[in-house]
Amino acid sequence: MNVLDIKDLRVEFPGRKSVFVAVDEVSLKVEAGKILGVVGESGAGKSTVGNAVIGLLQEPGHIAGGQVYLHGQRIDELPYKKMRQLRGRKIGMIFQDPLTSLDPLQTVEAQLVETIRTHLPLSGKEAQQRAIELIDAVGIPNPAERIKQYPHQFSGGMRQRVVIALALCAEPELVIADEPTTALDVSIQAQILELMKKLCEERNVAMLVITHDMGVIADITDHVAVMYHGELVEYGETNQVLGAPNHPYTQSLISAVPRPDIKVERFPVVNYIEKAGTPQKHIDISTHWLGKSREYEKVNGPLVQIRDLEMRFETKGSVFPSQREYFHAVKKVSFDINEGETFGLVGESGSGKSTVARVVTGLYHPSGGSILFGNTELTSLKNQRETMAMRRQMQMIFQDPYSSLNARMRVKDIIAEPIKFHKLASSNSEVRQIVDDLLDHVGLGAAAGLKFPHEFSGGQRQRISIARALATRPRFLICDEPTSALDVSIQAQILNLLKDLQEELGLTMLFISHDLAVIRQMCNRIGVMRNGELCEVADCDQLFENPQHEYTQQLLNLMPSMELLSRANLETA
Amino acid sequence: MADVSTSNSEPKGRLARIIDSDLFHSFLRSKVTVVAAVMTLLLFLVAFLAPWVAPHNPFDLATISILDARVPPVWMEFADPRFLLGTDDQGRDLLSGIFYGMRISLIVGFCSVIAAAIIGITAGLVAGYMGGRVDAIIMRIADVQLTFPAILIALLIDGVAAGIFGGIDREVFAFYILIVALALSFWVQYARTVRGSTMVEKNKEYVQAARVIGIPSVIIMVRHILPNVMGPVLVIATINLALAIVTESSLSFLGVGMPPTQPSLGTLIAIGNDFLYSGEWWIAIFPGIALALLVLNVNLLGDWLRDALNPKLR
Repeated sequence: MNVLDIKDLRVEFPGRKSVFVAVDEVSLKVEAGKILGVVGESGAGKSTVGNAVIGLLQEPGHIAGGQVYLHGQRIDELPYKKMRQLRGRKIGMIFQDPLTSLDPLQTVEAQLVETIRTHLPLSGKEAQQRAIELIDAVGIPNPAERIKQYPHQFSGGMRQRVVIALALCAEPELVIADEPTTALDVSIQAQILELMKKLCEERNVAMLVITHDMGVIADITDHVAVMYHGELVEYGETNQVLGAPNHPYTQSLISAVPRPDIKVERFPVVNYIEKAGTPQKHIDISTHWLGKSREYEKVNGPLVQIRDLEMRFETKGSVFPSQREYFHAVKKVSFDINEGETFGLVGESGSGKSTVARVVTGLYHPSGGSILFGNTELTSLKNQRETMAMRRQMQMIFQDPYSSLNARMRVKDIIAEPIKFHKLASSNSEVRQIVDDLLDHVGLGAAAGLKFPHEFSGGQRQRISIARALATRPRFLICDEPTSALDVSIQAQILNLLKDLQEELGLTMLFISHDLAVIRQMCNRIGVMRNGELCEVADCDQLFENPQHEYTQQLLNLMPSMELLSRANLETA
Repeated sequence: MADVSTSNSEPKGRLARIIDSDLFHSFLRSKVTVVAAVMTLLLFLVAFLAPWVAPHNPFDLATISILDARVPPVWMEFADPRFLLGTDDQGRDLLSGIFYGMRISLIVGFCSVIAAAIIGITAGLVAGYMGGRVDAIIMRIADVQLTFPAILIALLIDGVAAGIFGGIDREVFAFYILIVALALSFWVQYARTVRGSTMVEKNKEYVQAARVIGIPSVIIMVRHILPNVMGPVLVIATINLALAIVTESSLSFLGVGMPPTQPSLGTLIAIGNDFLYSGEWWIAIFPGIALALLVLNVNLLGDWLRDALNPKLR
């Protein structure tokens, strides 16, 4: 019998002007001991399905049609009080961010015992015993001691284990996990997924996993439902759907996932992807203003040489130098970037890779070491004029497309600012022409210039960011996780765009990412960072085929396996 | 206020964007706010158009007669139909006096709010963006300032100014001294708010992008950060306008504000206060009601603006 049975679910969010249908006619089933994955890109309505089942739809959203059954009992029409008894008791929930889903002021034990005693008729002692068992079951060592600690004493992965223990407190029949591993590093993600799969089988729990990540789907789910704009486009056994997708959307979604195993020239261009805009005309770079950037001085040897770079932040200030305490974000990092190549920096969160980028651009002043850019030593630049000349040559693309554009400026002003500031054009009309061409060139179309950033989607904003970075005619582009906030299909587009631009303009790039597959697609040479140290630098293929450093090997082993994904129709797509 | 929130689709004119915005919509939904807005607008109009709307000119000595002094409002005995709300002790029409007085109160209010905002925003931006020692110095000054109540500071400045410009005609300088006094007592709030928001905005990536482009700090502060921290400033300014009017009236009532020759609402109340117990209640009560109405409506507007711009309260 199905534990969860969703029939023709329809969720509506009435707005001021129209009713937004977040979920339309979705029917799903989950059996005990099985995992159903719901996959889709942002705005597909996948989280809304989970929230509708557990009765936590955000106002003014409501279920407008269909039924939800838990073990044959209809639950979508239950009054609030009855629903509250189900939550936690029969349905457990695992949230995305382990940092915010635990109460920081209560010990883990207190939170577990409270949940257990709310739902089960146990004494304090028994509940405590049960809490220890649960903590043991989710694989936290020394459960009896660890349970007395506060959430901040656990690492991110350990916290997510506690959250899972909380969800399992009252022996629920169904667990809903909304992006359970998105906030975690790869190595921890693999462990958590394994744990979820194990618990699901051992305890015969039905699990609904909501994710945007095809790797997660391929790793742990038995069945998968693919959602697109609130509709269910494909639903079936995971092997079946991923191996031989029927619907064109599923096909395009799968083909957009970067491959960690082989380097492809370009991501396949597929339908079903949001259009960026309507570029008017094609620009011949060799004659255009943009192409006239090659007047920079010739460099013998690498363009960027970083030697023994050190960066530390003061964590405890004091008048006396001996009393100060520091956090070492970057320790003795040295590498070269050759002209025209893409150098990748990969590492988990806190490895110091973004700090390196910010030091190179001059956002942070390094504590030690040297950065040689061309023939200029960046750390010894003194006056404004020298710095300005350097700033023009290197530009940066940031991670978060929502905060990297000033919300109060029109797009054309955002892009015109660097041109005007560096006096790269002679007249205002020339600036306007250049801005229009830039917008065309990044695929948005000149009409986009009149709008404000909030009128664009994440991918489009990232294109605006790229246009702004190109507006100083840089020779060196630093990309700090440029696609990690984007959906896979958009990511594929942006990565293609970056590749095209690099080819046309002969850009040198420093590409920073936590995603090994993306790094493999983009980079010529790769540096692996951990805890502020550079573990290994190698050519792309060599690093993936024959990793030397222990940590690199470990990272590569932990990559979610994509073997299930159909690659057959990739070439034809 | 224009682009606090706008809808997507094609670029539109400013007016169309305002009417379409969520802010305007939330305004229409709140009946109290609409009434407050209409009342405020009405009071502003009467005040600023006083020379044209007022039935008399209380400053035109030729039309004033001491024989008309202390005439009660029209619905009472011994009233004069020329004076709707009666007259004060010098025979000036009270209604006209209120119109003109409100004008002075509002001008003082607006000027001091603008002055305070300029001082406060600048201090807050610099403190928040620079951080470190500059921040510490500016904010310590603000802290010290905050330990004195506004009225005390205003009295202090008035006293000091009177000492310095002792010989000069008070009637000319009272206006400017008032504005400086009010501005100096209200700037701290702006500085604190702007500093907080600046520290948040400073770490956002668009500011870092501007730094990577090489734009100097001053331009980053003014062009990039300032427009993004104006929301809360607008709220404080509205609420402070009411506060400034009240403080101005208190000062005038105490005799250190506007002189009786250029009466503000506070001065009018002060004049009326002398006659309150001798039966001529209208001289104090009507300016008092006008002041209460003005402050209440402006405050209601400010409260709505605060709630509408604060996503947490929605």
